[in-house]
Amino acid sequence: MSGDVKTGENGAGIALDGVRLRLGTQDFDFDTVLPAGRIIAVTGTSGSGKTTLLNLLAGFETPERGRILLAGQDVTALHPSERPVSLVFQDNNLFSHLDLFTNIGLGISPRFALSSADRDRISAALARVGLAGFEKRLPPSLSGGERQRAAFARALVRNRPVLLLDEPFAALDPSLRQSMAALLQTLHDDTGNTVLLVTHDPAEVRRLADHALFVSQGRIALSAPVEEFLAHRDIPEVLDFLGS
Amino acid sequence: MLTPAERRRALAGGVFSLAGILLFVGLAVFALLTFAGASSSSMTALADPYTLRILSFTLLQAFLSTLLSVALAMPVALALARQRRFFGRIWIIRLMAVPMGLPVLIGALGLLAIWGRRGVVNDTLAWLGLQEPIHIYGLAGILLAHVFFNLPLACRLMLIGLERIPAEYWLVSGNLGMPGLSVFRFVEWPALRRLVPGIAGLIFMLCATSFTLVLILGGGPAATTLEVAIYQSLRFDFAPQRAVSLALMQIVVTAGILGFLALFPAPEDRGIAAGKPVRRLDGRKTAARLWDGAVLSLAVLFLGLPLAAVALAGARADLLKLLGEAIFWRAALTSLSIALGAGLLSVSLAMAITQARAAIAAKRNPARTARLFSATLGATSSLVLLVPPVVLATGWFLLLLPGGDTGMLAPVLVLGINTLMSLPFVIRIVAPAVAAHRIRTARLSASLGLAGWTRLRLIDWPGLKKPLLMALSFAMALSLGDLGAVALFGADGLTTLPWLLYSRLGSYRTADADGLALLLGLICLALTIAGTAGLKIPEERDER
Repeated sequence: MSGDVKTGENGAGIALDGVRLRLGTQDFDFDTVLPAGRIIAVTGTSGSGKTTLLNLLAGFETPERGRILLAGQDVTALHPSERPVSLVFQDNNLFSHLDLFTNIGLGISPRFALSSADRDRISAALARVGLAGFEKRLPPSLSGGERQRAAFARALVRNRPVLLLDEPFAALDPSLRQSMAALLQTLHDDTGNTVLLVTHDPAEVRRLADHALFVSQGRIALSAPVEEFLAHRDIPEVLDFLGS
Repeated sequence: MLTPAERRRALAGGVFSLAGILLFVGLAVFALLTFAGASSSSMTALADPYTLRILSFTLLQAFLSTLLSVALAMPVALALARQRRFFGRIWIIRLMAVPMGLPVLIGALGLLAIWGRRGVVNDTLAWLGLQEPIHIYGLAGILLAHVFFNLPLACRLMLIGLERIPAEYWLVSGNLGMPGLSVFRFVEWPALRRLVPGIAGLIFMLCATSFTLVLILGGGPAATTLEVAIYQSLRFDFAPQRAVSLALMQIVVTAGILGFLALFPAPEDRGIAAGKPVRRLDGRKTAARLWDGAVLSLAVLFLGLPLAAVALAGARADLLKLLGEAIFWRAALTSLSIALGAGLLSVSLAMAITQARAAIAAKRNPARTARLFSATLGATSSLVLLVPPVVLATGWFLLLLPGGDTGMLAPVLVLGINTLMSLPFVIRIVAPAVAAHRIRTARLSASLGLAGWTRLRLIDWPGLKKPLLMALSFAMALSLGDLGAVALFGADGLTTLPWLLYSRLGSYRTADADGLALLLGLICLALTIAGTAGLKIPEERDER
């Protein structure tokens, strides 16, 4: 099922070329090309391999075989810090004992050596995500939504072409999810980055995604533009997920 | 969620336990105070140069021991946390637990075998042509031994703190490309910083009240702590006034440390749990691997060599001859009876205290007296720490002095002192286990109407069996290895294994001592294995 998906018009965004990996008793086998500059939803049941897919792209897992290409660059052998990606998880994106300024500053310089221009960028990024003046605040004093906004601000200053999101809104109230999705959409429109969003929420797929994947048992069972994905009727698991 | 009868029983148990403990400690302190009051010389002795020198040495060695233990434990804990998967990792973590259950005397013997005048290190140095061998007796030896026993403790507590760091932090720092120094500054150190005061306070407390190690490795009057000075005043100089003033001074010192400790959260030792898989990309770099490998190898050698030396020397001794001696069996029987008695009593007291506190906490609006009672029960373990075993023994020694003969009561007193000695540790195992068990079962049991014997048999015993057995084995090991209480009372009438070992050592029958050390160590090891048998050790399932 996987494989021959149309390449995005800007050339390769994300490509997994015959990537194989075995973790414990589970085999993973990813082979796909995903469009650049789009928001791509990654769906699938728990344990199907969504997070493993993200870990492979981020460099936390290395494939036993195959190549991984990000923004046209072969990153298979690169350390996570050398890959053109930013990450946002469901929780614990920020070091809870460090203020937002330091948390975001580490996104610019991992040694925390900041120029005055860098400092301005941090404040600007905070303002951009609606947290102007929050520099000195500690993560535990923020709401869950505000913490995720700060994580977005760090992704913003890092300015990498690929943004990987692992259920970033799963811990938030439904009403908050909508405004966070809107923020993600705006940031995406501004930067034109490629966004890979792992989600359990069909509404999020409809709301945000240009393209969607369905991962099942370590493989990509379906990869299609979102209209086509939502209209798909011949895979029972996908129907279950869409709840229709 | 308790029936009125259960609540009454729990409260009565608490009252009896507290009364017993207060009476046992109170009588000893009372004896010390009356003795001090009766002779004005013990008060003036508080300020004489001799006592002040002992006091300052006690504090100095405790300070240096704490500093070294904590500073050296840190790289070891960091290395263990960074390297998630390598052959033997779980064994290194287990090795860290050994000194906690190991009789101090055995550790001292092992250290002598490695670092002593004719030990491995000095032999090697001499072979290399170095003239000045390391001199173990005195401050150096005390520090070495305290680091040997407390570095693993600090390391375990730090490792637990490091393992609590959210797994995402390592991914974020990997993704951001934070170098090792940044990871330490922004992730590891903030996690450790909160723990270090509590850990340091605990170790300082242990070192300031250390008896056996100083007795064996201390170098005469120049390197003596309060505890050992008390013992020597009573047993050799027969100067009870000085013993009393030293004992009172010791209480003041421990009170000061406990007050300091109360300012910081107590270090938790909940075991090293395997939660979410942790990916430490920083540990995969070659430089990190080399450094961590070197640190861990040194730590394993430092902790393992003395233990191996004890096993080797013991195996060379004539074990069959030892096992054929009546005195060995008498000492073993005495030791085991006292240990079993003290262990059972300690666990019962801990259960009674925990249940009484829970019964009070379960009430919506406990009365003022009830709250006060609960707080007093909670402070019991601190109260016990306030009066260290040798001080307690001194008080009872003085109390029984007019009668002249402690022979009949000696085993009872040693049992009592050993009970109290292990109580703080036992409470720390029992209380959280009971609390977790209650959360799991209390509502369901109450709604089903399970109470009394049925609940005990079907719900409580199966649920609490493992932590209780672990607490019992730990208390027994502690009591089996104790020399402090026995040293004061141990006459011909009362010979425990450590005392037998110590006297063989004193009469230069080293081979016998080596053999006894091995046997005692094996008994403690067997106890620990029995106590932790059913306990699931969380295996590392990382890097998945």
